[in-house]
Amino acid sequence: MGIEGIGARVARKEDKRFITGSGRYVDDMVVPGMKHAVFVRSPHAHAEILSIDVSAAKKMPGVIDVLTGKQLKADGIGNLICGWMIHSKDGTPMKMGAWSPLAVDKVRYVGDAVVVVVADTKGQARDAAEAVSVEYRELPSVIQAVDALKAGAPQIHAEADNNLIFDWEIGDAKAADEAVKAAAHVTKIRIVNNRLVPNAMEPRAALGHYDRGDDHTTCWTTSQNPHVARLVMSAFYNVAPENKLRVIAPDVGGGFGSKIYIYPEEVVCCWASKKTGVPVKWVADRTESFLSDAHGRDHVSEVEMAFDKDNRIIGLKVDTIANLGAYMSLFSSCVPTYLYATLLSGQYNIPAIHANVRTVYTNTAPVDAYRGAGRPEATYLLERTMEVAARELGVSPAELRRKNFITQFPHQTPVIMNYDAGDYAASLDAAMKAADYAGFPARRDSAGAKGMLRGIGMSCYIEACGIAPSAAVGSLGAGVGLWESAEVRVNAVGTIEVLTGSHSHGQGHETTFAQLVNSRFGLPIDQVSIVHGDTDKVQMGMGTYGSRSGAVGMSAIVKALDKVEAKAKKIAAHLLEADEGDIVIEDGTLKVAGTDKNVPWFQMALAAYTAHNLPSGMEPGLKETAFYDPSNFTFPAGCYICEVEIDPDTGITEIVQFVAADDFGNIINPMIVEGQVHGGIAQGIGQALLEGAVYDDTGQLLTASYMDYTMPRASDLPSFQVSTSNTPCPGNPLGMKGCGEAGAIGSPPAVINAITDALGLRDIAMPASPQTVWKAANSAKH
Amino acid sequence: MSNVSLVLNGRSVSAEVEDRTLLVHFIRENQGLTGTHVGCDTSQCGACVVHVDGKAVKSCSMLAVQASGSEVVTIEGLSDGADLHPVQAAFREHHGLQCGFCTPGMIMAATDMIRRHPEGLDEKTVRAELEGNICRCTGYHNIVKAILAASEAMAKGGKGAAKAA
Repeated sequence: MGIEGIGARVARKEDKRFITGSGRYVDDMVVPGMKHAVFVRSPHAHAEILSIDVSAAKKMPGVIDVLTGKQLKADGIGNLICGWMIHSKDGTPMKMGAWSPLAVDKVRYVGDAVVVVVADTKGQARDAAEAVSVEYRELPSVIQAVDALKAGAPQIHAEADNNLIFDWEIGDAKAADEAVKAAAHVTKIRIVNNRLVPNAMEPRAALGHYDRGDDHTTCWTTSQNPHVARLVMSAFYNVAPENKLRVIAPDVGGGFGSKIYIYPEEVVCCWASKKTGVPVKWVADRTESFLSDAHGRDHVSEVEMAFDKDNRIIGLKVDTIANLGAYMSLFSSCVPTYLYATLLSGQYNIPAIHANVRTVYTNTAPVDAYRGAGRPEATYLLERTMEVAARELGVSPAELRRKNFITQFPHQTPVIMNYDAGDYAASLDAAMKAADYAGFPARRDSAGAKGMLRGIGMSCYIEACGIAPSAAVGSLGAGVGLWESAEVRVNAVGTIEVLTGSHSHGQGHETTFAQLVNSRFGLPIDQVSIVHGDTDKVQMGMGTYGSRSGAVGMSAIVKALDKVEAKAKKIAAHLLEADEGDIVIEDGTLKVAGTDKNVPWFQMALAAYTAHNLPSGMEPGLKETAFYDPSNFTFPAGCYICEVEIDPDTGITEIVQFVAADDFGNIINPMIVEGQVHGGIAQGIGQALLEGAVYDDTGQLLTASYMDYTMPRASDLPSFQVSTSNTPCPGNPLGMKGCGEAGAIGSPPAVINAITDALGLRDIAMPASPQTVWKAANSAKH
Repeated sequence: MSNVSLVLNGRSVSAEVEDRTLLVHFIRENQGLTGTHVGCDTSQCGACVVHVDGKAVKSCSMLAVQASGSEVVTIEGLSDGADLHPVQAAFREHHGLQCGFCTPGMIMAATDMIRRHPEGLDEKTVRAELEGNICRCTGYHNIVKAILAASEAMAKGGKGAAKAA
């Protein structure tokens, strides 16, 4: 692998700027003449806007302008859209209600943007926002998805009767029904997946700068996919034509899905800049982030899992209601459908599956993909059900899983997915060994002797990454392709720039992508620069989400490197008067195999650009482009084991050990991969123990700050024991599967299985806070 | 308006600012040092930690005028020139950062933590002492590792012991 190549634990190139305070995030950007925007947001969950009076605000010190939705509409700015069409089972298209970047007639959740104030300073804009007078007529609101479907529930969008967006199904209902009827045992359970707020540490921000002279707009934004932002803002929101709109996502402080979408604020900042003639910057407060970032999860499901007399699963029926909030966010529709129900076979051989999914409007923040996106919901449902089934059947949870594992590949599930490779027993064995599963009864007894309740739980997850291929997702309703692009520029002195459509917001691409180049050409990673996040520099690309940057983004780089290598070898062969088939590249030198004839990489590059002595007919230069469209998803999988100790007097759950055994396929930098797993597990433990977005009955978000929403702190978490046992992915050139979301997908059921094991309960609600656990522990006792 | 005069990363600076200006905004907007970050509005996240007269302080929790007359060190001033501070070097070596947004505050808090525990640190203490710093990327695993390693390196060799990896 070499000291900097594929497989090496290389310290990150990007770290230097982050540890010295030299990172450049959107809030750090300053443009001459820049002014500051503050949004006036709805304090009501559901209300008609009767009037808006901005006259007092306009007279406040420093105010440049105060703009409303009516003005925005008059200027032709479009409504925000959901880019994935889902049809209900009756064939009707999903019911997408209008989402104006600034509300015009009606507000539908607390935090809905209504007015924007632009002023010299943020303080002045905030003062003026206080002086904007909006008269509302409050309407009844509905918060829970289950309630929104009830007859007589408040109607949120005229387009969606009874707030139903779509009623969709997948699989074979008849076969699943028959399996349940024929079963020796059926496990029935209601599964609730709690609503979460992603909480990247960098709040969302946008800076719009309209240049009158060039009729050109630049938008700096906290985006995971700046090209998609440009496409959508141009094609649908009428911000500016693509050739007159540059989107830059510089250093971005975490995304976890929440920065995929194009939100009202960046659209408004660009429009307001054109309207006012000054660059306009907006940076979210944390409470604003809680109110207006897309939330995650929020599913309620009824499950029936059918077993035959040998404890083999013969069928699965799932009925899910998913809360999509007040508006359909950009990819909200695909999360509870193709990213969720298609994973309901898990690691198991299940001959008959049927899932019905109803998505619903409520008077809450929009819900979209959050780390894992649908797959955590599927995994939680399956792995909780398996655990309960094992307890009902009186068999070991590990053995029930093992008995039902898929062992032959490729494996076609009844819900679209075709698993290409995996070894689920290997991960289960590795995790059980690392956790000393066999020694658990003794540990439980010694904890019991101290008055503590100890429990162990596992979760065997599978997920699907690198969502693709484009033609397939197009046929399922996606409005975009899901390929990736790369451009490799070899400079005249031999150094290399890789321009990628992927975007790094913590994943370490500047290092791992350079490691790939090092493995191919032997150049030190310091001589390889990774360029991303700027639509003026990088050709169209699709960005980073769904753990796709390795499996899809790096595959595109491989394709471009292949082309560079072919041309480099031709040039070297010409210079060395050898056959190009005899040229090998080793340690930054092009050599004639089996001889001492060679030309250093930089001399070959220089020859490409001087063009004094190139093969006849060859174009000068050395720069290649590639677009890569995968042939299939990739399927990371693994086994997580969590062991907890609960103090029944306080309800405090301590995670005494957490073991992860993952199969990510081939790995570029194990240090970075481990870091991804740590972070994912922390978010999963957060969901299980600490986090939950809570709205009161009137739609006020009670958990809208770090004083109210429990973010995992260092003292809430243990050190993690992580390992990998990898089966290469056959579907892409590097054999990679993806590792960004696994931790958040696999961990919540392991934690809840451990807690319910400790308490002797069938189920407990997430987050299993000390109060919830204390109540459960003490009601179980009496 | 108020006058704020302080020593920032070893340099005397002075400015007239609105009375309500927080120290973090003075540092970021008035002085243009953007390494100190704002991650919340309730003084929980710790992305804005700087040193005021040698002690870690959340710079969103004090007014700029309150810091007048003090010596303030931000992440930009923690090390000089090409050398990294041992805590910076340890964060890099142990992959104690991902997106980098919480990192300046983490490093400033960790430096102060190590200073306050000359007897050395253990995992439990580090985790407890990180109460005021939130990270969403790393799960803290490698942050804890980095702080323990930096603490050991500094105990062995004094402040300048660990160089950039």
